[in-house]
Amino acid sequence: MSVNKEFVKFDKVDKSYDGKVLVVKDLQLNIAEGEFVTMLGPSGSGKTTCLMMLAGFETPTNGEIYLDGNAISSIPPHKRGIGMVFQNYALFPHMTVYENLAFPLRVRKIPKDEADKKIDKALSMVSLQGFASRMPGQLSGGQQQRVAVARSLVFDPQLVLMDEPLGALDKNLRESMQYEIKHIHESIGVTVVYVTHDQSEALTMSNRIAVFNDGKVQQLSSPDELYEKPVNSFVAEFIGENNTFSGEVSDISGGKCKVKLSNAEILANPIRVKGKGEKTIVSLRPERALINPNDKMDNIHKGKIEEVIYHGDHTRVRINLLGNSEFILKVPNSSSNLDIKLGNEIKIGWNSEDARALDPK
Amino acid sequence: MSSETQKILTTDGIPLEISLKKAEKKNKIKAFLLVAPLLLFIIITYIFPIGEMFTRSIDDRMITNMLPKTFKAMETWDGKELPPEEVFASFLADFKVLAEKKEHGKLGQRLNKEKNGFNTILKKLWRKMNKFEDGNTKEQIMEIHKRFRDVKYWQAIKRTAPPYTMAKYLKGMDMYYDEDGNVTQVEKDRRIHRILWLRTLEIAVVVTILCFLMGYPIAHLLAVLPMKYSNLLMICVLLPFWTSLLVRTASWMILLQQQGIVNDFFVMIGLVADDNRPEMMYNKTGTYIAMTQILLPFMVLPLYSVMKTISPSLMRAGKSLGGTPFVAFWKVYFPLTIPGIGAGCLLVFILAIGYYITPALVGGASGTLISNQIAYHMKETLDWSFASAMGLMLLTGVLAVYWVYNKLVGIDNIKLG
Repeated sequence: MSVNKEFVKFDKVDKSYDGKVLVVKDLQLNIAEGEFVTMLGPSGSGKTTCLMMLAGFETPTNGEIYLDGNAISSIPPHKRGIGMVFQNYALFPHMTVYENLAFPLRVRKIPKDEADKKIDKALSMVSLQGFASRMPGQLSGGQQQRVAVARSLVFDPQLVLMDEPLGALDKNLRESMQYEIKHIHESIGVTVVYVTHDQSEALTMSNRIAVFNDGKVQQLSSPDELYEKPVNSFVAEFIGENNTFSGEVSDISGGKCKVKLSNAEILANPIRVKGKGEKTIVSLRPERALINPNDKMDNIHKGKIEEVIYHGDHTRVRINLLGNSEFILKVPNSSSNLDIKLGNEIKIGWNSEDARALDPK
Repeated sequence: MSSETQKILTTDGIPLEISLKKAEKKNKIKAFLLVAPLLLFIIITYIFPIGEMFTRSIDDRMITNMLPKTFKAMETWDGKELPPEEVFASFLADFKVLAEKKEHGKLGQRLNKEKNGFNTILKKLWRKMNKFEDGNTKEQIMEIHKRFRDVKYWQAIKRTAPPYTMAKYLKGMDMYYDEDGNVTQVEKDRRIHRILWLRTLEIAVVVTILCFLMGYPIAHLLAVLPMKYSNLLMICVLLPFWTSLLVRTASWMILLQQQGIVNDFFVMIGLVADDNRPEMMYNKTGTYIAMTQILLPFMVLPLYSVMKTISPSLMRAGKSLGGTPFVAFWKVYFPLTIPGIGAGCLLVFILAIGYYITPALVGGASGTLISNQIAYHMKETLDWSFASAMGLMLLTGVLAVYWVYNKLVGIDNIKLG
């Protein structure tokens, strides 16, 4: 059985609400069967609009959406057979947990004994056996969330959409629910499209992440690639922490480029720059820069420690380096790093490969 | 010893309970003073008048006060045969006192209501009593008219002895005490009140249903439209509220009369012939139309306030789970609006059942309600005790509706805003 690589396909989709501003611009996005894809982006970036178009509550202004090869723009939501988990759970407050789960089965005219089996299965999947007769109002936020997940899965949809489902939960609960949803996805192999603005949530759960900004997908790749190899400065800045130097390319050769800053020159990896004289922002992850570097590193510079913040397992050090006073270093707390003190000058080094020269914004 | 140790003391050694009461006392007094004006207002304008209405409706002390000696003498009379001499003598004594105060006419009228023919024989008694000789009063009175020899007339007097009577309530239901004191129905063609009660109920129910059918979609639209449109629509709903009730009713009269705008329009589009214009006023139709329009906001507002709280994602959830728009509406949205429906219907029904001005102006003969009858007795016949009795019957009806509603829906589920 071959996996359908284009199980969900957005083909040149545009969306505008008022005829003046495009909320989604020329969206091209393929999602494979059984994949967990997260749409990640700041609010107003168009990610929820995409989800709503997929669910059928919004129609694309232009273009077409395909589900398993069929165009679905003209199919009403209730005939699409897509499970959905809403931001505020949207449990029916006047029905018990059992009735909430029975709703999608009842409208599909599934016989009662079969429906009961499915409901039992769905409830045990989210470890809520014995809660069937409770009302949603009697459940905690996390429990309501699980009921919502169970309800979206109980009728065996091929595709489940989740719209910031963990947004209302506290931090600890959110993290445990992330793993729970991830495990459910792995065990039943359903395709999930997940919307969030929380990057750590996206990195933890997804097979692939689509970073949205300004109505466009900026980058669609696996979590590690997204973090390690951002393709533009928006993604680099949006995902994780980031040290930047802005300057001008002075030379490109042999897969490396020289970037001239205001008072120095650094070596970088040319990702989005092609020739001399181009403006660029060089992005470097804090953990890729080391103090007391060995001589193999091709960027070694001196900086002055401006701030030291203790974080338990590591220390964040803010350094004034090459004119950037916001340069952050993460230093593991060990006895060998005792010379990190406010005002000390230290040597810092990194490989040019990790310093990605991106677009200047 | 044990009780001593169980008592919890504050740090200063005062029992905790007393200390708490002391600390809370000031707040309690403050709270009471804040509600005191309203409490006083309600007692003066509401509870006291209802009590007054109630006493008035059952008050029957007029004869009791007029014939004190007679009733005292009658206490020992068994009421089966003609009363003894003592009763006759006391009656004459009471009657003479009344005659001096020129109140004997009133007694005649009042007793005539109990038993026809009393007025005549009392007038005769008044003319002849001055010629009476002392002693043997029974014989002399019985001589005046044969009705004084009829035990039924004396029984009628005895029946009026209790200071309270339910006669007015019976009258409100087209019933009365007959000469033997039994509850009897009035003749079929004179049962006007029962028709009025039923009509009031019918109009209130129909108006409530009409208001619901029209108000539900409006409220839904108000709840889902974007703010700038819903505000405009809200003004349209509330606009009638800002116009005087009388003006609105009068404008309905202009619209609905036979030569009115609505009829003209019907003729113009050819719906009805010019010489066959339907009567839409001075009958039930007029009452239905005008009352529905006037009471509509009372249905829309509670519905709106409930619908506003229903998250749109619930309907979306219903649809995404496979329910057709109708199923999603019926199984998800509608059940959540029941508190609003209950509040709106209760409000409209209670207002409709006691409605007065509109039916009086556009209702004609077939469109008037029980409240118009109450007003008639207040202003025209001056039978205030009967008006009070019917008012209280109406109040009982409303309370009964409230009770039924509480049993069916639960008053805690109501949402007025």
